[in-house]
Amino acid sequence: MTIKIFVPRDSAATAVGANEVAEAIAAEAARQKISVQIIRNSSRGMLWLEPFVEVETPLGRMGYGPVSTEDVQRLFAAKFHEGGKHAFSHGRVDDIAWLKNQERLTFARAGITDPVSVTDYVAHRGFEGLGKALKMAGSAIVAEVSESGLRGRGGAGFPTGIKWKTVHDAKAEQKYVCCNADEGDSGTFADRMVMEGDPLMLIEGMTIAGIAAGATKGFIYIRSEYPDAIATMKEAITAAVAAKWLGQNIQGTEHSFSLEVRRGAGAYICGEETAMLESLEGKRGMVRAKPPIPALQGLFGQPTIINNVLSFAAVPYILAKGGTAYKNYGMGRSRGTLPFQLAGNIKQGGLVEKAFGITLGELVNGFGGGTFSGRPIRAIQVGGPLGSYVPTSQLDLPMDYEAFAAKGAMVGHGGIVVFDDSVDMAQQARFAMEFCAIESCGKCTPCRIGSTRGVEVIDKITAGENRAANMALLEDLCQTMTDGSLCAMGGLTPMPVMSAVKHFPEDFSRASRIAAE
Amino acid sequence: MLIKETDFGTPASKAQAMVTLEIDGLEVTVPEGTSIMRAAMELGTKIPKLCATDTLNSFGSCRLCLVEIEGRKGTPASCTTPVAPGIKVRTQTDRLANLRKGVMELYISDHPLDCLTCAANGDCELQDMAGAVGLRDVRYGYAGDNHTAPCKANGEENFRYKPKDESNPYFTFDPAKCIVCSRCVRACEEVQGTFALTIDGRGFASHVSAGMDEGFLASECVSCGACVQACPTATLTEKTVIQKGQAEHSVVTTCAYCGVGCSFKAEMKGDDVVRMVPYKDGGANEGHSCVKGRFAWGYATHKDRITSPMVRDKITDPWREVSWEEAISTAASRFKAIQAQYGTGSIGGITSSRCTNEEVYVVQKMIRAAFHNNNVDTCARVCHSPTGYGLSKTFGTSAGTQDFRSVEEADVIMVIGANPTDGHPVFASRMKKRIRAGAKLIVIDPRKTDSVKSPHVKATVHLPLMPGTNVAIVNAMAHTILTEGLENKAFVAERCDPVEFAHWCDFIREQRNSPEVLGLVAGVDPQAIRAAARLYATGGNAAIYYGLGVTEHSQGSTMVMGMANLAMLTGNIGRRGVGVNPLRGQNNVQGSCDMGSFPHEFPGYRHVGDDTVRQMFETVWNASLDSEPGLRIPNMLNAAVEGTFKGIFVQGEDIAQSDPNTKHVTEALENMDCVVVQDLFLNETAAFAHVFLPGTSFLEKDGTFTNAERRINRVRQVKKPMQGKHEWLVVCELAQAMGYDMRYTNASEIMDEIARVTPTFKGVSFAKIEEMGSVQWPCNDAAPDGTPIMHIGKFVRGLGRFMITDYVPTNERTNREYPLILTTGRILSQYNVGAQTRRTENVAWHAEDVLEIHPHDAEVRGVRHGQMVSIASRMGATTLRADVTDKIPQGVVYTTFHHPVSGANVITTEFSDWATNCPEYKVTAVQVTLSNRQSDWQDEWEVRERENKRVAAE
Repeated sequence: MTIKIFVPRDSAATAVGANEVAEAIAAEAARQKISVQIIRNSSRGMLWLEPFVEVETPLGRMGYGPVSTEDVQRLFAAKFHEGGKHAFSHGRVDDIAWLKNQERLTFARAGITDPVSVTDYVAHRGFEGLGKALKMAGSAIVAEVSESGLRGRGGAGFPTGIKWKTVHDAKAEQKYVCCNADEGDSGTFADRMVMEGDPLMLIEGMTIAGIAAGATKGFIYIRSEYPDAIATMKEAITAAVAAKWLGQNIQGTEHSFSLEVRRGAGAYICGEETAMLESLEGKRGMVRAKPPIPALQGLFGQPTIINNVLSFAAVPYILAKGGTAYKNYGMGRSRGTLPFQLAGNIKQGGLVEKAFGITLGELVNGFGGGTFSGRPIRAIQVGGPLGSYVPTSQLDLPMDYEAFAAKGAMVGHGGIVVFDDSVDMAQQARFAMEFCAIESCGKCTPCRIGSTRGVEVIDKITAGENRAANMALLEDLCQTMTDGSLCAMGGLTPMPVMSAVKHFPEDFSRASRIAAE
Repeated sequence: MLIKETDFGTPASKAQAMVTLEIDGLEVTVPEGTSIMRAAMELGTKIPKLCATDTLNSFGSCRLCLVEIEGRKGTPASCTTPVAPGIKVRTQTDRLANLRKGVMELYISDHPLDCLTCAANGDCELQDMAGAVGLRDVRYGYAGDNHTAPCKANGEENFRYKPKDESNPYFTFDPAKCIVCSRCVRACEEVQGTFALTIDGRGFASHVSAGMDEGFLASECVSCGACVQACPTATLTEKTVIQKGQAEHSVVTTCAYCGVGCSFKAEMKGDDVVRMVPYKDGGANEGHSCVKGRFAWGYATHKDRITSPMVRDKITDPWREVSWEEAISTAASRFKAIQAQYGTGSIGGITSSRCTNEEVYVVQKMIRAAFHNNNVDTCARVCHSPTGYGLSKTFGTSAGTQDFRSVEEADVIMVIGANPTDGHPVFASRMKKRIRAGAKLIVIDPRKTDSVKSPHVKATVHLPLMPGTNVAIVNAMAHTILTEGLENKAFVAERCDPVEFAHWCDFIREQRNSPEVLGLVAGVDPQAIRAAARLYATGGNAAIYYGLGVTEHSQGSTMVMGMANLAMLTGNIGRRGVGVNPLRGQNNVQGSCDMGSFPHEFPGYRHVGDDTVRQMFETVWNASLDSEPGLRIPNMLNAAVEGTFKGIFVQGEDIAQSDPNTKHVTEALENMDCVVVQDLFLNETAAFAHVFLPGTSFLEKDGTFTNAERRINRVRQVKKPMQGKHEWLVVCELAQAMGYDMRYTNASEIMDEIARVTPTFKGVSFAKIEEMGSVQWPCNDAAPDGTPIMHIGKFVRGLGRFMITDYVPTNERTNREYPLILTTGRILSQYNVGAQTRRTENVAWHAEDVLEIHPHDAEVRGVRHGQMVSIASRMGATTLRADVTDKIPQGVVYTTFHHPVSGANVITTEFSDWATNCPEYKVTAVQVTLSNRQSDWQDEWEVRERENKRVAAE
């Protein structure tokens, strides 16, 4: 009997040797004349356990990790291919508490299927949503999405239903659906995991959007730093077209939708939707002024739905199970689940999909298990490089757009980066400005010049030069950037800066810095 | 006074619906889609701004124009935020003041502090805005990262600093002063459409880059000046401003180059021109310009300018400077002597399309009334005479049908035998803008011009026909439209003569006019012809723009009528966005024709044989007039060679360089007893002249030019005539010396007389133009404010007339000895015979004429790029450098005639348009061979250049 062995193809796994492990398993099995079928599944999201190898047994799939090539012979010796126990054994994968305690709606298939197999996808309830959507009026689809309470997962949290309705109602010969997969926030990887691990779900979500809005053409804009995601997405598109779930007359209906992958050119700013449109049009990635909003004049001046990967990925569930089912998760005006990404100085980094409302502390201490270094947590940056630094006094903050906003912070794209007590928050503030100086598109003045001056002013402060005057100048500068910038890049850069100043003022004082040294 | 146009910050909205809002407590009503910034400016409220200007779309980068709107969060930019009904906007609050100061503080932290010695001092928006927001302190200091200092504080090289780029002959680019507002980049894209500039780098490293950071001259920049004009600081500055400082007053006048007729502000210090700036209220150009009009005016004060009248007995003598009286009396007595010996008809004259309407009018009047014959012709003979003939036969008027702005509403643009990006660049910019907005383009031209393909422009159909086969193409298109049932039946039935149409239908339906037959003749794929025909007939508003590639053929007039047929057949005439539009070569071609420069027509295109008309002129002019048409230029030259035509007055035209078959022209000139040249320079014709009457440049003229859209623009005098007299006055004095009393006290009086004798000019006067800015004829009781679009509702001639346009090939044929076809044209930086542009820095772009030859034709002749080749026709030969390029199809070679030594017209033949004698410049059979010396003609030219242009020492 052939044994099914699963070795993830996710780049978080291959980065730590999953390909070599897969080869070693195949070689060892051949040597031992054991018949095995190696399936390159996607990652379960337990990144500290990668490469995480699973074996199908009559008791269910048994997990082992992290596995290195050197471990392979010993694993065979321990009869892991029959579910045998080993030091790396984690027992039945379904019983792992870290996974069991999640609410995986979007990542329901993560690690379970072959990402580019339409058969696998359909076997695991894939295309149920699209199947329904094909029979629905566009307005009904929009209504279902509105009912779900889904908000833009890219960070801004704009109600997806309203955006879709705007495009649906717009009159135009050609409309577009654009997926923003320029996932550039530090400490985020959920988009990549969707594209590498369950790309057909993204295709399904975008196709539903196309049907809803009356758009026949879609683009997925993927950052160039994600070569595996680009390759997997393209492979999945080909497979979906072959299975008639994409392209002309989907499943024999009158609906058609085609998809194209576009590679970014390495600019963070192209994650800003209007800069992404410019880049998609073949131009320099520069932010456009709004209005006009992209929903009315987007790609090539046509009405365009632009959503983040996670927004589109949430849609198949909403259509399959109904908007209400999705809305039943979450708290306040933040409905459904968010795939949080635990990163930075953290013991158990990875992907945790939970309904809104879980506290920050439950995520970093519960799922994350505290810092990797073992030292106390000092600050947590939530929402990417433009997000606030949250002090440990706010660990009870529920993950909710409004609750975070009330504290001057943001949930963003769900990236959570943990720092221990060795962090220098003045340097982190400086980094925020420096990041902006490097990544600004250069269009508006506050962002283009302000970020460079921000670095210089913080340097003066930490050097003890006219500290009071320069602190005042820093505050004025942040006000100018917040109110004056053209887009969120310059507008939000002051967030990490001012949160560092507010919560960790001691790091900006010359005396305490000397004492620390 | 220095004229400053109001800058509303963003372009006007074209919406009909109006919106009322409140700005700082004041109500204002503006069209929907107007920006808050513009609405505020309508009230006179200036919101601080740097990146916004009303010639460019709003951009929203400087963040100075932020405002607050009651009930809306944040501080939106007023340039990018449209008005909405009932909103209440505040433009000045404490919050806004702090923000603006904060932004300005950032700007100045990366800007040099040399305002007092800066070239933009007094004309700097950054300076103005720093003042407006009340910036008093830059707390960041100036030691931080910057683009302004070559060295950092620690003495290390500052890699961000870039030295001034002085490569362009006319302006400098100083990156240290740049505020990265992108106005130059956007002007290059939106206004000019060249896309030579970009912002390179991200964030603080963002900087303006010409091409690939290669400097302006080496980049794709066409030096139109739009960027210089858009720049709010000293970053892009005219070299003349750097040298001379800010102007103190300005005068609006009209460019003297091509037929677009751009309006410029001549910015002056005393009588010294500091710079020419395109005028935003100019009807033809609306604030845009090209390298010639904007920068190439230095010829007006070039050292070669002749400012003293001169005479000589023989053309081999050196010139002798004399008084005006002596020069004029010499000319008059010689002319009179000739007429006494050879008869009244033995002298004549040529008017210039570069002179004002008033100057042209007096020359033709002198010839008719003082010379007592109709031997007057004009240089339009050699360019657009078929246009006059063809459009008048079909529509009833010898002029283009539209204004330039009409192209904004065209859906299909068909460019035939024209190269607008080079020849009519300011119109080309309008056209490209429309193409970028989605209009389709058809190009009918042997060459791959920039209209065929250039950044963001691509012709849907390009028909690279063999020179001389225009009529074949236009007939095949008409055949396609008619046989495929794509014609506009209702239009034809309502507007056109049914008998002529039926007759024409029988002709055009014949199989011999099908694309399948004529495509073979033209060397073009029949399917491409059909595609062009379908697109033209069914693509919406379709407009034809054409140039000398249509007219300068044996069948020039046939082709003009063929295009008119197409327009009538498809109903593309008589409204905005359509029409048949000649792109006129020279500034006043239209005007010189209107002014009665043809031997058979009085001003206003009325035949000299018409008794009523002639009697009217006889009364007004108080002279008896000849009822017989006079000689055309080629007839004059032939008669001179035969010995019956002995004297000529040549106003501002260089027939010895510009007319075909140079040998024949020079032989004719050598045969004459009195050649009088009125010009700025001792041109090629002056080498054969006996009397030289120095002329005035456009800066010294007072009068009007009429451009290709029939727009009469004022040419205002910005300085005194350098030689002391207006040209019209010199002509009047010559007429008086000839015995005819012609007197005017000023140019305005001449225009009043023109209005009196010309029905289509009845309403025109300097006062009217002053009031309206410019006026398009017909301007009369029926159309008191002029006529931007012609033939609305009804053709001028009543019913449109379809003309039979049989394709008759030229007699100029290729054979084994002369296997290639030479065609001629021009390039952007030079103008016509080059008399003006060669005397400017424009030679930086085009120092010599070259011969474009296809790689295959070059290969079989062993010619490599850059080698000297001889081009020989049945007429003569010259030597040029070869430019091996696939812009030109196999079998065709191409050159320009901007430099006299090139002798392009030594080769061209005397074949000409059957109806108007317009020379067939565009088709000459030639052979090209490698050469190591210049031609015999070029040797002769060098001798003549040395000998015949000598001026005797005092």
